Amino acid sequence: MDTRSNFLAGLKKGIPVAIAYLAVSFTFGLAARRGAFSLWFATLLSATNLTSAGQFTGIQLMQLGAGYLELSLAVFIINLRYALMSFSLSQQVTIRIKPATRLAMSLFLTDEVFALANEKGAEITPAYYFGLATLPYVGWQLGTLVGYLSGGIFPSSVIAAAGIAIYCMYIAIFLPPMKRGKGIALAVLVGAALSCAFYYIPYLNEIPMGFRVIIAAIAATFVAAALFPKKDEEKVTIAEDTAPHEEETK
Amino acid sequence: MTLGYLLLSALLMFTATVVPRFVPFVFIKRKISSPFWKSFLYYLPYAVLAALTFPYVFYSTGSIPAAAIATAAALLMSVFELNMAIVAAVSFLIALGLGFLF
Repeated sequence: MDTRSNFLAGLKKGIPVAIAYLAVSFTFGLAARRGAFSLWFATLLSATNLTSAGQFTGIQLMQLGAGYLELSLAVFIINLRYALMSFSLSQQVTIRIKPATRLAMSLFLTDEVFALANEKGAEITPAYYFGLATLPYVGWQLGTLVGYLSGGIFPSSVIAAAGIAIYCMYIAIFLPPMKRGKGIALAVLVGAALSCAFYYIPYLNEIPMGFRVIIAAIAATFVAAALFPKKDEEKVTIAEDTAPHEEETK
Repeated sequence: MTLGYLLLSALLMFTATVVPRFVPFVFIKRKISSPFWKSFLYYLPYAVLAALTFPYVFYSTGSIPAAAIATAAALLMSVFELNMAIVAAVSFLIALGLGFLF
């Protein structure tokens, strides 16, 4: 596939994510308005962060007058999962990609874009990846804007119910692969169980939320990877010289 | 909130979001061969999403029974691999409708 059809294929794959992002960023716009942040600040955050949990937590903490260290640390920990996805991506890409292109690709890395890129495995190209990321990014900005501007229109019942949207997206991502691999199924089940344990068990639930989630996920993945190490190898890798437009800089 | 606080906070949030995103992808070139670590990296994002979802999804709408039923619907729709936008929209409508009951 050439660059153009790769990009278009990615673009098409990104449509459902873009629609879901509209709904989720809409709730972020609403939350920012409720928190008395101005429109420029809400759009600045969405344009530069492109992440749900981090942005929601950020404005929550700011309303509480959090210090810079607390804010940075909380957002960093919540976003640590991106480091895992970024690392996973670095292991899958088989063609040479310039560091500058890699940097640009990384800026658009989200849970959903990663999940879609992950499906593509070794065949990921920058064109396909940027295709994937484009519409979700646009959707995220548009949703934030519309959510903020229409903040006064919707009844509180609608605003409350919209809070579930992001979690349903997560479910739609992690559930289907569970049917295809015991390892993923176990990682998800143990991860959910441990996260609940950390939430409900006294003393354990005094650990800050970001840490609880990371510990639960890492422990669950350890168990799953130890019991079900992947035997099936990836498809035949693409030879590096089949990507003439990608040159490694010295 | 002063303008300085807003701007510096935005900069810090940007940094805390971008660094985990690019550092591994830009700087790690070596491939891992161990099946354990390969599986670990492959499974981890799914475990993170599961841990982010449970139990927090139950408290996401202000009504635990409404959210729980909407979550069950989302799980069922995902078993049948419906599009994520549909899953999110239907669950939202269920949570909205049941929110008036519970």
